[in-house]
Amino acid sequence: MLLDNVSKIYKDGSLALDGVNITIKPKEFVSIVGHSGAGKSTLLKMILAEDKPTKGKVFFEDIDIHTLNRSEMNDYRRRIGMVFQDFRLIPNMTAYENIAFAMEAAGRTDEEIAADVPHVLELVDLKKKMHNFPSQLSGGEKQRVAIARAIVNQPDIIIADEPTGNLDPVNTFEVIQILKKINDLGTTIILTTHNKGVIDSLGKRVISVEAGKIIRDDKSGKYLL
Amino acid sequence: MLITKIKRTLRSGFISFWRNGSVSLASVLVMTITLIVISCVLFVGVVLNTTLKDIQSKVDINVYFTKDALQDGVDQIVKSVKALPEVADITYTNKEDSLKEFRLRHQNDQLTLQALDELGDNPLGAKMSVRAKDPSQYETIVKFIKNSGGDNGTVDRINYDENKVAIDKLAEIIVASKKLGFAAIAFFIFVSVLITFNTIRLAIFIFREEISVMQLVGASAMYIRGPFVTSGVMYGICSGLLTMLVLWPISYWLGLLSETLGVTVNLYQYYQDNWFQLAFLLIISGLILGATSSYLAVKRYLRI
Repeated sequence: MLLDNVSKIYKDGSLALDGVNITIKPKEFVSIVGHSGAGKSTLLKMILAEDKPTKGKVFFEDIDIHTLNRSEMNDYRRRIGMVFQDFRLIPNMTAYENIAFAMEAAGRTDEEIAADVPHVLELVDLKKKMHNFPSQLSGGEKQRVAIARAIVNQPDIIIADEPTGNLDPVNTFEVIQILKKINDLGTTIILTTHNKGVIDSLGKRVISVEAGKIIRDDKSGKYLL
Repeated sequence: MLITKIKRTLRSGFISFWRNGSVSLASVLVMTITLIVISCVLFVGVVLNTTLKDIQSKVDINVYFTKDALQDGVDQIVKSVKALPEVADITYTNKEDSLKEFRLRHQNDQLTLQALDELGDNPLGAKMSVRAKDPSQYETIVKFIKNSGGDNGTVDRINYDENKVAIDKLAEIIVASKKLGFAAIAFFIFVSVLITFNTIRLAIFIFREEISVMQLVGASAMYIRGPFVTSGVMYGICSGLLTMLVLWPISYWLGLLSETLGVTVNLYQYYQDNWFQLAFLLIISGLILGATSSYLAVKRYLRI
């Protein structure tokens, strides 16, 4: 993944990103830190192609993702797993169905779904609650379902946007451990967080963002702002 | 894979319809009201049409032939008038029948009958009642009769001139009523469709976050839309059936009312005679309305 001189100016004139250059190698675990409004979310939106940059390009395997057509975009998004702070589970679907939906969207067969979903739920230790709706799960459990949904299609990259923002320390620890385990299995992780403890304990690459610019990029960094 | 996709879409649509019960119920109720309004407008149209036809059928003109008119000339006129495309039907009464009718009409009026007997001879000529397909066509018909028999002494008089003002006025009223009826029907249907569309748009607005999540996990636009359109179709079918059920007592009551008001068409009878067509029309309308509204409403949130 390569962000080449990416800038984003919103319609109201505010500068969210200012000439950002980032290269993320396969299997890397990268944390992006910064104060609220520093540009972290905008950065993720650029990577997910939720929004277009005003200037610059975003490449994934040498392809400018903002030039993809709708069908190519769907394929691209299936190669990225997303985990959000607010979980973004579909409320009227059970844990099982939420994960199955991501597989159905990727065109997987019913047999694959029946085999993989229980397996992935077991990985996040939620097999017993597979038929519970999100409203019947705790915050930590919801986040684990979201992680299971993100990894079920074996994506190349997982983007975790403040995944521990709504969790207590125990659940925070568990979620980070799961992400580390996924990374160890070969998936690239891009994590944004405000949690100093999480960053410091990871000992992985840390990119610090401030006022839309990269102010620090340490290979084995700490939470320094 | 296509069959699997269709199966999944239908299943998701049914599940979503069932699990989001309150949203589904609200949508079905609003749509039912829409369909009831459309049905009532349809009923009003039926009543209006029948009443206008009724009034129209009561309008006719009488052509009185002279007492001494030759039968051949009379027959010629009757035949040619009957062949006119503007004429709906004619009733011909010969001299003898005219006399019988006259006697019957005045059976309690001994003085008139006595005077008639004293005359000895039949003083009445044959007559012909003409009904036009449209009241505005009487003028043309009258002109034709006058041209073909007015000058050679066959036709004595036509009562059109005496009734011209009334007939013209009636023709105007009928045309205006039809136009007004059509405008009212179009207006009510337009407003009802708009209300339904907005209700479904509001229902789908609740799911906008879900739609964005579905897009972020890589679901195609059609795959996201499918279940919503299925739910929309379900709203339509349920509303159609519910409307048929509600129309049953309504048409019964309207039937009683129409009898009291002297309207010739009985709406309950109409409902019973046409229930299959009515059900088909309502279900198909609801289905199209629900599917189209859902399709368009989801489109708004498929932008990322």
